[in-house]
Amino acid sequence: MENHIIKIEDVTFSRGQRRIFDGVSIDIPEGKIVGIMGPSGTGKTTLLRLIGGQLKPDGGNVFVDGHEIPALSREELFEVRKSMGMLFQSGALFTDLTVYDNVAFPIRIHTRLPEEMIRDLVLIKLQSVGLRGAAQLYPSELSGGMTRRVALARAIALDPRIIMYDEPFAGLDPIAMGVIVELIKTHNRVYGTTSIIVSHDIGETASIADIIFIISDGKVIGSGSPKDLFDEVSSPRVQQFIKGLPDGPVPFHYPAADYKEELLESTVTSSGRFF
Amino acid sequence: MDLLSALRRLGRDSLDVLSVFGRASVIWWEAIWRRPHFANLPLVIKQIYQLGVLSVVIVVLSGFSIGAVLALQGYNQLVKYGSESALGLGVALVLVMEIGPVVSALLFAGRAGSAVTAEIGLMKATEQLSSMEMIGVDPLQRIVAPRLWAGFISMPILAMMFSVVGIWGASLVGVDWLGVYEGAFWATMQDGVDFKSHVLKGIIKSVVFGLVVTWIAVFQGYDTQPTSEGIAASTTRTVVYSSVAVLVLDFFLTLVMFNF
Repeated sequence: MENHIIKIEDVTFSRGQRRIFDGVSIDIPEGKIVGIMGPSGTGKTTLLRLIGGQLKPDGGNVFVDGHEIPALSREELFEVRKSMGMLFQSGALFTDLTVYDNVAFPIRIHTRLPEEMIRDLVLIKLQSVGLRGAAQLYPSELSGGMTRRVALARAIALDPRIIMYDEPFAGLDPIAMGVIVELIKTHNRVYGTTSIIVSHDIGETASIADIIFIISDGKVIGSGSPKDLFDEVSSPRVQQFIKGLPDGPVPFHYPAADYKEELLESTVTSSGRFF
Repeated sequence: MDLLSALRRLGRDSLDVLSVFGRASVIWWEAIWRRPHFANLPLVIKQIYQLGVLSVVIVVLSGFSIGAVLALQGYNQLVKYGSESALGLGVALVLVMEIGPVVSALLFAGRAGSAVTAEIGLMKATEQLSSMEMIGVDPLQRIVAPRLWAGFISMPILAMMFSVVGIWGASLVGVDWLGVYEGAFWATMQDGVDFKSHVLKGIIKSVVFGLVVTWIAVFQGYDTQPTSEGIAASTTRTVVYSSVAVLVLDFFLTLVMFNF
């Protein structure tokens, strides 16, 4: 039987009036690359925050490596997070530190290694993302792709057992995207890290993921290997997402009044302000 | 609007205010009282530089101007009764007990408080606080606590600098320019200003102001809406709330400490 390092059990979560998850259950096997996909605004990032304990579910439960995340105290949570790495969409580098110090940050915080050893570790991590030469630059001097690679080096600094990638491919040029895909794959293969990729880039995610979960309207609407999902057997909703059809079971339009009626109506609905 | 919806609104607003105080207290408790981390001392020193040392120029300039103005105005009144020798005493008491702590706290709120709010707010907007949490570092310990301590330590020192420079400005105007007898200027001051009943109370005021201003600043930054409008609004709120808080607290502290 596969060992599930992360178990999400029947999680419900709402933001204000809006229900984001309505009974989501996902089991993530150890050492695999798992893609969490779905249209924008389906709460994919929220799911990562629930796993990391930055948000608490309204119902259901989240287990990471046997720890019941919502029940942990603040200290215990910080302890569990040492075994997790997270790559934020914006990179979220500390702007007052150099690239070198950003990567060294988690090592300095969580270990008592001598500075020479930290230096070697940082250089190894930077070399693995191809940015050893940029060690002394500040985040403001980096391009978007470089920022994400540095953030990746920082996320893997302590060789975590789980790495969560929040939209790792969004807004990158094809070369930078290829580099990130390769880095995720290599890191998973070499270290056996469980990787969770939240994304809506179907091609890239499908090319490296072992399992994909598709979330829409607060529920998991499909899961399986990329090959299974591309096959015709899956539901129309899954097919629509996978094939990128603009309209179908997942509506293209945000809920609105009847189009013709609204055009013919004379009342002005905008606030009439420019700013 | 009928009575029911007015009541409902009042209830909702009161709950909002209560929850703001609740969140602010949690920040205070988590950052300062529960687990003081002495490993963060270098960060505190860095913040003392950012908040305190970099405020010295504005505090010194303002202190000098206010001291000089007090001497000019004070001399004008006192000379009518031939008691211009009491100028030193008057200026020193006003500066040490009231104007030093209050004006330096207002300046501190404008210069350092707004910067703290904007910095923490932007860290929140760019997910730096989130990523710190995910690395397993508590931002309340690493970002908020050093700033609170730095405000607590810097404020009384700044207020004392303000008063000292103010008195020096007053002596330049009063003694060197307007010709008040130097011996009398300093002797009345030495005689009339008591450490325990005047200077210490001024220091206590400035410690309280330092705590309150930095607390408001870090809370507004930490609790901001992570958008450009949100950060702008929080920065404004920091300056407005801390200025009002300083002035209102000054009244009550004076009431309590000077036995009215």
